This record gives sequence, structure tokens and C-alpha cells, in this order.
Amino acid sequence: NAFGGVLCAFTLILIGVLAFSIRLFSVIKYESVIHEFDPYFNFRVTQFLSKNGIYEFWNWFDDRTWYPLGRVIGGTVYPGLTLTAGSIWWFVNALNIPLSVETVCVFTAPIFSAIASWATYLLTKEAKGTGAGLMAAAILAMVPSYISRSVAGSYDNEAVAIFALVFTFYLYVKTLNTGSLFYATLNALSYFYMVCSWGGYTFIINLIPMHVLLCIVTGRYSSRLYIAYAPLVILGTLLAALVPVVGFNAVLTSEHFASFLVFIILHVVAFVYYIKGLLTPRLFKMAMTLVITVGLAVCFAVVAILVALVASSPTKGWSGRSLSLLDPTYASKYIPIIASVSEHQPPTWPSYFMDINVLAFLVPAGIISCFLPLSDASSFMVLYLVTAVYFSGVMVRLMLVLAPAACILSGIALSSAFDVLTRSMKFQLSKLFDDGPAISGNGSPNGSSASTVNTSSSKNEKTEKSEAAPKEKQSKKNRRKDKEVTESVSVKPKKEKRLSVLPLEASIVSTLLLIALGGFYVVHCVWAAAEAYSAPSIVLTSRSREGLHVFDDFREAYAWLSHNTDVDDKVASWWDYGYQTTAMANRTVIVDNNTWNNTHIATVGTAMSSPEKAAWEIFDSLDVKYVLVVFGGLVGYPSDDINKFLWMVRIGGGEFPHIKEPDYLRDGQYRVDAQATPTMLNCLMYKLCYYRFVETDGKGFDRVRGYEIGKKHFKLTHFEEVFTTHHWMVRIYKLKPQKNRIRGKLKKLKSSSKTSSTLAAGRKKNPWQ
Amino acid sequence: SSKRSEGARFVRMPKADGDAKLLIQSLNKAYAATPTNLKIIDLYVFFAMVTALVQVGYMGVVGSFPFNSFLSGVLSCIGTAVLAVCLRIQVNKDNKEFKDLPPERAFADFVLCNLVLHLVIINFLG
Repeated sequence: NAFGGVLCAFTLILIGVLAFSIRLFSVIKYESVIHEFDPYFNFRVTQFLSKNGIYEFWNWFDDRTWYPLGRVIGGTVYPGLTLTAGSIWWFVNALNIPLSVETVCVFTAPIFSAIASWATYLLTKEAKGTGAGLMAAAILAMVPSYISRSVAGSYDNEAVAIFALVFTFYLYVKTLNTGSLFYATLNALSYFYMVCSWGGYTFIINLIPMHVLLCIVTGRYSSRLYIAYAPLVILGTLLAALVPVVGFNAVLTSEHFASFLVFIILHVVAFVYYIKGLLTPRLFKMAMTLVITVGLAVCFAVVAILVALVASSPTKGWSGRSLSLLDPTYASKYIPIIASVSEHQPPTWPSYFMDINVLAFLVPAGIISCFLPLSDASSFMVLYLVTAVYFSGVMVRLMLVLAPAACILSGIALSSAFDVLTRSMKFQLSKLFDDGPAISGNGSPNGSSASTVNTSSSKNEKTEKSEAAPKEKQSKKNRRKDKEVTESVSVKPKKEKRLSVLPLEASIVSTLLLIALGGFYVVHCVWAAAEAYSAPSIVLTSRSREGLHVFDDFREAYAWLSHNTDVDDKVASWWDYGYQTTAMANRTVIVDNNTWNNTHIATVGTAMSSPEKAAWEIFDSLDVKYVLVVFGGLVGYPSDDINKFLWMVRIGGGEFPHIKEPDYLRDGQYRVDAQATPTMLNCLMYKLCYYRFVETDGKGFDRVRGYEIGKKHFKLTHFEEVFTTHHWMVRIYKLKPQKNRIRGKLKKLKSSSKTSSTLAAGRKKNPWQ
Repeated sequence: SSKRSEGARFVRMPKADGDAKLLIQSLNKAYAATPTNLKIIDLYVFFAMVTALVQVGYMGVVGSFPFNSFLSGVLSCIGTAVLAVCLRIQVNKDNKEFKDLPPERAFADFVLCNLVLHLVIINFLG
């Protein structure tokens, strides 16, 4: 009815405003700045797109990263996010609203989370109705897991990808429910947007085939299933192949094979049903026996060939990241880079409570509610949740995929609970006030209905509530005659046998408790958004007696680089800081967060782990002029390079066997104090971090590690310090050029050159020897 | 199966042939009863599948470079076949789920989906 529709729309607008505003804490507490590392790359790409247009963007070869290899941006980036923000910027500027690219980038994520909660409303409405939809939308607007990746300033793929994910699922379920080819087309287009946005699209193209298989196996095959799935596979594969990042992987990698396999199975099942419709049952049985004997042999041969093909490739056709999802121990054994990313670690139990809070309790109730009754849409929700729970257990980052599923199921649970409770309250209250014959038309049906139904005491309640239903119907449509009421009442008890009614006190208390539960959830979400997930991590703050102290060292260092070095100078640092350096300092870097070339990263890691001379040689071969390290020992910043150093050793040691991790550990323990190994105390990372550190407090006490450092007084021979930020958090060093003349070493060089003249003639002698 | 006896085993082979013939005959008879518009759609599907097979055979002869052209060609054939099957499902009067759907709407959806499919194909053809 109209009032309900208006109320619904108004609630949705409020939910959108809520989703947008809860993500603005970082803008209020800090400033409108881009956070973290990856968003800086996306921001730089969006800047390029807005300046040079889309054709330049598609063909962009970036020579300012991964020196000297470069990176083909057009072919290795997921363009969805940048194209979305770029179009918003272009559209807004075409309306003469002068928003800068940075503003648009910062606020893209909150806008799309509002739209994502509307998509969740649509999806849940398909499964369980409007009430559950509104509940789920309200919960998704606030869930901390989603806030953590979509706060204002977190300009990353997930900002738009979660919206695309939920919207694609909505269109799939809508096609499944209606059987309309129009929605199937929209579904394919939405899937295309998802492929453009995020590598996690493989989740969709594996979940939907799983659901189709589930429907077939549980006997729920229908022609709507065919219309929902078959066009999606063809159109979806083609559209996925259109995106340069995916390309032919859409048909060649194992991540997509499930969809093709289920496509074939679906056609076989559809054909079987068709033949079944044509033939009589006896003939059909005959056909089945004939086909099975012949078909089984052919099937077996085909499957054997397929398996042999796939098994012949070393990773069985799966990419490293997907394999690490299926086998959580894979990455730590074979690919240390994937294992070293903190987002790829398995989550701890408390992080579930932190990220989805109260939903962890409501989800099982939602699963039960989905089974009463089970429809295609609700079975899809349950399957989505189960797979999302598994994957979230493998990688912390994938808690984000669990969040919409948990919100939907919690919305369903809460909505069903409120349904039962309010129905009980309404019924009990009406019974309370129904002592006199005040309500019309219910006196006679009362007696007749009691006689038509079993008069056992347990069923009395059901007759009473079954007359409450026609009473409500009477209030809505005033045309029921008494006879029809009695007939419907005598029929109703059979249909509504499973409805239950609770006593009044219990329902009132339960409603209040559920509202309190929601209140706790809201309080936790706002706290998480304000305190835990709003840090931009490029600016740090701490509270002291003098008030708020701001650590802006990163931007200080990048600004120094951009003002005091030449445009073509190369800067080497660990890969964490690559994106920020290219975006803010505008200098060429050696490795960055894309981590696509393990050997290059291992080279930098080896250089950081080697003594000064060897490190100078490596960096000089890469044309590096400046080296940047992050050091937190003076102020207690724990994510500095010394804490990350063991990963540099491991990754470097993975490619260059002369770097061995045990050389840097004393008795298996990683230390930098007086007990540290000589290899550790002489490596470049130690020297660059702790050079002149003893001058700060006279003792060289490292606040992060909690002890005094081992080697305190030393000089640098191959590097010179050019800049250290205010809190010593970023330190920049320059490579010293080679000396022009080498005194007193000529005789040695001549004698050694005679003996080694038979060796490679053009080998450059290191003048430092 | 309880009717089968030792003696019946000797006549199993020709019985299987007779079974197959009976099967094919009854299939033909049942299929001949389908309305003409559905038969036309079936013919279209058959034509698309044959075209796809011809393309695959051609690829086997001349090699798969450029791969995107091969993919777009084959997938366009399979795509229209799938969409035609969807149209057939929606237009078939025996399908109770779609009795409220006017066939014009079904055909319009079919045309729209084909339009999107071929737009993508032309883009991908290279």
C-alpha cells in the first residue's frame, strides 16, 4: 500500500545518509586525505585519467615504477574504480561544480556504501520481503568490517566492488525468481562491472555455479534456473574477457572452469527434462538405460582428458592467490610475498567479534529462518554465507565478503523474530481487550470455528489466532460475509498450523531485549568507525599532556624528495612505500605495492640485507640515487622497516641463496642489541636506521624494540645522510659517487688485473676495493 | 526386470535394437506434435550450433591465432543458441510458469539480450 511504500523509501534514504555519515570520522578527525598505500596508486591513476583522457589511460605504460622494467598500467589494473571516480569527477565538473579529483576520490567510498546498502535491501527483499530488506540494509550501513575498507579516504577497489557484488547477486536472484531475460541481461552487465572492479569477481563466478548445482541436486531444477544461469555464463565470460586485466584468463584458468562445467551439466539436465516431457515414462526409462551405458563411457574419457590437461600444469591452472585460498598453508611454503602481506593472514577469533559483532549470533538464527520455507533465493543466501565464512577464515581481508552475507542473514533473523513477537503481542493484546463483543462479526465465527476444529487445549490457541487472522483481514478488506469468514476459518487452521504465539510478557521482554541488542551493535559500530578504522596511516597522532601530537613525517619526507631531488632520480625503498612515493613525491621507484615481480623485490631485499659495499653495488646497478627507510625507534612507531626486516631477508633469500635467515638470528631470536649477530649489525638496514641514533639520547634506546641497540658509533662509507624527518621516522640517504682516484691501490690492482686478465675482459672493477 | 528369463537373454541384442527404433519413432512422433513456432526456434538453435562446430573445425585446421576472434565467433554462436532456448522456454505454451508472459515481451527481451551480446562480440572481435 502507498503509506508503506513511502515509509519504506524514507527509511531507505535515512539508511543511505547513515551509511555515508558514519564513514566521515576520518575527514572530521584528520583531514580529507587519501589513506594507506594502495589508494595512493588508484589516486595517481585517476589523476592521470582526468588529465589525459581514456585512450591515454588504456595505453599507459608507466615508467616511474619498477625501474627499469616499468609497468603496463592499462593491462594490469582493475579499471572499475578509477573509471567510476573519473566519470563522477567529469560529470560534476561538467555541471560546473569545481570539485577536485582528490575530493571525488576521498568521497567515492561513502557514496558507494550508501548505494550498497540499498542493493542489500533489494537482495534481501527478493529472499524474504521488505521488512527483512530494510533491516539488512540498516545493518550493512554500519557493519565495521565494511566500514574498515570504505571509510572516507580509503579509495580502494572494495569501495565499489562490494556494491557490484551485492547488486549482481540481487539481479541473479531476481532473474531466478521471475525468469525474465531482461534481468538476466542486467545481471551480466552488473557482473561485467564487478569484473572491472575487483579480483574477487572469481567468487561470484564460482558461487553461482555452486548454487545452480545445488538446485539441480536438490531437485529444484526449473526453466527459470536455466534462464538465470546460461546467458550469464556466455555473456559473463565474454564481458570478463573484454577487461584487459582478465583477458583470456576468463577461459583458460581453473578459476572459471567450474562455471563451464556446471553450464554443461545444466544443459544435460535441461535436455533430460525435455525428453522426459516428450516421452511416456516407460519409454523414458528405456532411453535412460541406453544413454547411460553409452554416455558414461564418453563422459569418462572426456573428463580423463580434461584432468590430464589441467594436472600437467604445475599449479593445476590456478593462480597463486587462489591456491592460497584453497590451501591456507600454500603461500607460506611457496610464495613468501603473499604470506608476508598482513591482510593475507588468517583472522583471529576476536576479529570476528570486532568486525561483525552481534551478527555472529544472529547469523545461525538467520540460517534457520531461511529454511522456513526454503526457496531458491534463501538457499542461495545460506550457500553464500557458508562459503564466505570459509574464505574469511583463510584471509582477514575476505571478512569483507562475509559482511554482506552476515548482514542479510541477520536482517532475515531479526525480521522474522520481530514478526513473531509483534504478532504475538498484537494477538495477546487483542485477546486482552476482546472480552466484550466490541469487534464486529467475530461472535458467531468464534463458536463455529471452535466446533469445526479439534478442541484439544493445544489447538485452542490456534483456533483463536486463526480467527485473529480473518479479523485483521476484515479490517483491511471490509467485504467478508460471515459465511466466508467461517469457511476461511475452517480452512485456515490447516495452513497456519505452524504459526506460533508467545505469551504477552515474554514477547514484550524479547522485543525490548532485541532492541537493546541492536543498540549495542550500533554503539560498537560507531566506536569502531571512530576509533579503530578511521586512521589514515599516513598521518599519526598521539595524545600527550600537551594535547594532540601529530606525526606528519611521511608527507614531510615525500615533500622533501619532490623539492630537493631531480625529477628523474630513482628512489629505492621497501615495496610498502612505492605507491606513496610515486604519488606524493613524484619520483621513480624500484619496487612498489603491486609486487608483481618477485625477483626485483628480492633484489631490493638482498641489498637491504647486505653489507654497505655489496648494497651499494646492487643499488648502483639499478641507477638508484636515494634510499629511503622508515624507522620508528625514536617515537615508538611499530610498523617500521626494522620490524619488517626479516621479511626482506626471507624474500631476498628465496631468490639469492647467499642470504640465509639464520645468519641474522641469535639462537633463533631476532635482536638488534649487543647480542645480535655480526651479519645483522653490519647489514645496510641496520646502519641506515641507526646511523647517529645514539646522538638523540646518548644511549641509543630503541622505543619499539625496548632495548639499547648493539652498534652505536659507526660511520657510513658508501652512503651519506641527506634528510631525516622531525621524529626520525623517515630517513633518506644518498649513494656516494665513486671516487675519481684511488690512492695506494694501483699496485694491487695491476697485479690482480694480470692474474684476472684471462677472465672476462670487460668486467668492471669496483673502485671501492 | 523380473520378466526377463534365461531364454529372453538370447533375444536381448535384437531387442535393444528394437528398443532403440521404438524410442526414435516415439521421439519423432512426440516432436512432430510441437507447434511450428517452436520448431522454427529449434531450427535456429541447430543452425547456430552447426556454425559453432564449423568454426571449431576451422580453428583446428588453421590454428587459434588470433584467439579473441575465435572466442568471439564461437561464443556468439553458442550465445544466440542459448538465448533462443530461453526464448523457446518463455514462449512455450506448456510452461505454466510463463503463462502470464506475453510472447511479444519474451521476444523483445530476446532481441535486447542479443543486441548486448553482439555489441560485446563486435568489440571483442578485434
